[in-house]
Amino acid sequence: MNYLASIGSYAIMIKEVFKKPTKWSIMKSLILKEIDELIYGSLGILIFISFFIGGVVAIQTALNITSELIPKNLVGFATRQSIILEFAPTFCSIIMAGKVGSYITSSIGTMRVTEQIDALEVMGVNALNYLVFPKIVALMLYPFIIAIAMYVGIFGGWFAGVFGGFSTSADFIEGIQLDFIPFHITYSFIKTMVFAFVLATIPSYHGFYMKGGALEVGKASTTSFVWTSVVIIIINYILTQLLLG
Amino acid sequence: MIHVDNIHKSFDGTHILKGVETQFEKGKTNLIIGQSGSGKTVFLKCLLGLFMPEEGTISYDGKIYRDLTLEEKRNLRQEMGMVFQGSALFDSMTVSGNVMFPLEMFTKQAKSEMQDRVDTVLKRVNLVDAHHKYPSEISGGMQKRVAIARAIVMNPKYLFCDEPNSGLDPRTSIIIDNLIKEITEEFNITTVINTHDMNSVMEIGEKIVFLKNGHKEWEGTKHEIFKTDNKAVTDFVYSSDLFKKVRQMYIEERN
Repeated sequence: MNYLASIGSYAIMIKEVFKKPTKWSIMKSLILKEIDELIYGSLGILIFISFFIGGVVAIQTALNITSELIPKNLVGFATRQSIILEFAPTFCSIIMAGKVGSYITSSIGTMRVTEQIDALEVMGVNALNYLVFPKIVALMLYPFIIAIAMYVGIFGGWFAGVFGGFSTSADFIEGIQLDFIPFHITYSFIKTMVFAFVLATIPSYHGFYMKGGALEVGKASTTSFVWTSVVIIIINYILTQLLLG
Repeated sequence: MIHVDNIHKSFDGTHILKGVETQFEKGKTNLIIGQSGSGKTVFLKCLLGLFMPEEGTISYDGKIYRDLTLEEKRNLRQEMGMVFQGSALFDSMTVSGNVMFPLEMFTKQAKSEMQDRVDTVLKRVNLVDAHHKYPSEISGGMQKRVAIARAIVMNPKYLFCDEPNSGLDPRTSIIIDNLIKEITEEFNITTVINTHDMNSVMEIGEKIVFLKNGHKEWEGTKHEIFKTDNKAVTDFVYSSDLFKKVRQMYIEERN
């Protein structure tokens, strides 16, 4: 029953986020601030992780090719497919649930604990629109960093494959181009957009409706990470079945 | 004037406010006092419109809150200023940014006009050198002054303060109390202060409402509180030896 109540209040929160918009001149600066914090601030960690995961995927694939009958371009092919279909959109989103999600929950939760949200409400400000809407808009740019993560991941695979002696550059590039289905990119970006919405709203929900003090802010961040990850994984399954199944 | 008529409020089956009735007059500092758990904060949040009572009405200069449209409620909220217990300043904004926030949100004034207004109210609360500092860089007393400046920047008709002296030293508490009283008289606003600081009661309590277990046990002025025989009030107000002596001296002086 608690889960149902939470889903209900989450839905009500989403409705409230889009009601009574904040003045555009203020909202504009809030959105730019959130883009800087959530998108630009996450670029470094995602590039770093993508490069090395791409490398590991290439090495693992190469080490598991034992039969001479399997073409060498499989290393590039497998790296591309893994990175585009799963690693960049899903794995990066789980990382973002930890990085961005906990930041959102703790910052909104701290505002709740220190009565800053009450202060907004007393002034007649729609606190949900003021706090959550800029995050949703900022995270709509999330596909751009996922596109960068895809590129860097495949580059990492090429780097590890070629310089590690697991593949030649020609084989790897041939693999990258082999049987390319452009819809896989579309599928990946659809997932990314949905995950972006989840990343902005679930942590906001946990921060906004938290009760208690500093200890509870920490607990809310952990709960928010768990639930954001769970929802991302479930939505990943549903969207994969719907779009590719 | 705020008129409170028989309000009831419950949470999860627990009856917190049990038919509170009172009125808070314009241009006066009205105090709500009572022990922890007596319903003071819930009462204040009902006055602010953050909680809706299940029964009874609250009217602001004749406008019954319950009967207002959403738009009218929002407009009424803009006529209210609130000083929170912990000041509730926005951490990410400077002192100037905090005070300017309501103006930016709800007016179409030019930046220079807003800045002038901010300078005026900060000067009024005796804060002239802190414009560019962040809340974490100023003392608790200064934070309270910024909160008062933010609360009055829109020229509110109603000012609410939740334990404005909490966490302050006695001298700063008196300064904050006097500042609130002066502002109340100067701008002719209806001020309601939630407190359990007896110094505030003695200094600025023009009207005092004593809550006990969710109902109004007693109300009167700071002079009447010295004379009352209400046991609940005397037990609460004169729990310390100092205030017992103050009361004794007051009664002897009157006799």
